[in-house]
Amino acid sequence: MADPIIAKRFESLVLPHMNSAFNVARWLTHNDQDAQDVVQEAYLRAFRFFGSFRGEDARAWLLSIVRNTFYTWHQQNRGHAAQTTEFEEDLHSLESDSAGNDDSPEVRLIRNQSRKRVHDALRSLRLEYREVVVLRELEELSYKEIAVIVGIPMGTVMSRLGRGRQQLAALLAPTDQEA
Amino acid sequence: MEHEQAIELLPGYIDEELSLSESLEFERHLAGCALCKQAYEQQRQVSAQLRQADLHWEAPPELAQRIRAALPGRRSPWQRFTEWLAGSGAFGGGAGQGGAGARLGWAPAGAMVLSLVALTWSAGLYLSIPSANTRLTQELVDSHVRSLQFDHLYDVVSTDRHTVKPWFDGKLDFAPPVVDFAQEGYPLVGGRLDYLNGRAVAVMVYRYKLHPINLYVWPGNDAGATPHVIERQGYHLANWSAAGMNYWVVTDAGDAELNGFITNLRAHPAS
Repeated sequence: MADPIIAKRFESLVLPHMNSAFNVARWLTHNDQDAQDVVQEAYLRAFRFFGSFRGEDARAWLLSIVRNTFYTWHQQNRGHAAQTTEFEEDLHSLESDSAGNDDSPEVRLIRNQSRKRVHDALRSLRLEYREVVVLRELEELSYKEIAVIVGIPMGTVMSRLGRGRQQLAALLAPTDQEA
Repeated sequence: MEHEQAIELLPGYIDEELSLSESLEFERHLAGCALCKQAYEQQRQVSAQLRQADLHWEAPPELAQRIRAALPGRRSPWQRFTEWLAGSGAFGGGAGQGGAGARLGWAPAGAMVLSLVALTWSAGLYLSIPSANTRLTQELVDSHVRSLQFDHLYDVVSTDRHTVKPWFDGKLDFAPPVVDFAQEGYPLVGGRLDYLNGRAVAVMVYRYKLHPINLYVWPGNDAGATPHVIERQGYHLANWSAAGMNYWVVTDAGDAELNGFITNLRAHPAS
């Protein structure tokens, strides 16, 4: 079998991007288990299509498969009640996330509060805006890469990003309760 | 530059994705447009907030294990062991006690011990390597389970064998036999390509009531003509060879249903 060479190449080029893959899947699905399933499925697909990978950016290539896998999954699960139950889960993991550092409880609380606001705002963004914002702001991909991953022209990437940011700005605008 | 156009280009300006001339034109407009200035401030701030909040989700460690286990050509314990040795420098710690010369002097001995350990280890592993057949049945069960997740079950959906069979053309270096047994209670629902035993194989998907039945076919003559049925993880598997093709069936349907399927399949001339 010539496979060990391919497997080795796959392992060194594609496997290291699992955190990016999971991050994107997690932001798209809003759910830990679903994100894991999507990423696993995406990796299996990626392995199957690895022959068509021409050595461009492996991360962008993988992320486009993650996105496609997600959309297939999403279409099948549309109308599923699962969407409503994961909210709590998000909050818990977000709180426990930064519990490890040694800031004072007050500092941590304030940081967590603002972080939670940003998190919730992004979470509530419509899918088509959320995906470009996540790819740009969290994964720091170029417009060109995002255009390829999402399958839209670069101009559309730019306008979706603009609209997404504008909506986030409205959601994050200081309210009366805050100092 | 028109205001409409400037607003469109604003995100690109923030992300430094505009051409030089676009940037200059945009800046000229920005200087005199309060609306754009406000939007620019808002978007820039949102961008900064998002980055500062560090909203990355990290992949749980068990996911990496799951994926490695599910990928074909999984790594052997031996590979992992050697990598662990290389990564951890397991034998480097103790040598630090002596001087530099002592460390140097002991290095060949250390290497020898290491290779001895490795040799014994690999011999042990060799003896405990599961037979090719055990590995294949495990691969089949994995593949079957995987096929039930997401839209994995079929790549071509059709109950018509004249659609399924041509679909394989050009995708495989052999023509799998595709037969329909809808009359007998085993309708053909589709086909897909899969990767098994180190090669691409054809999979015909049938159903018995709600039970999916995966039929894997690839060229070869690895088994006898009499179907051999085994059970793994609650799934029934059967394999045999006929007319130069290896057949494997995996299903969660019962023994009797599986046997019925096999009888039908073997009764039909390959088409």
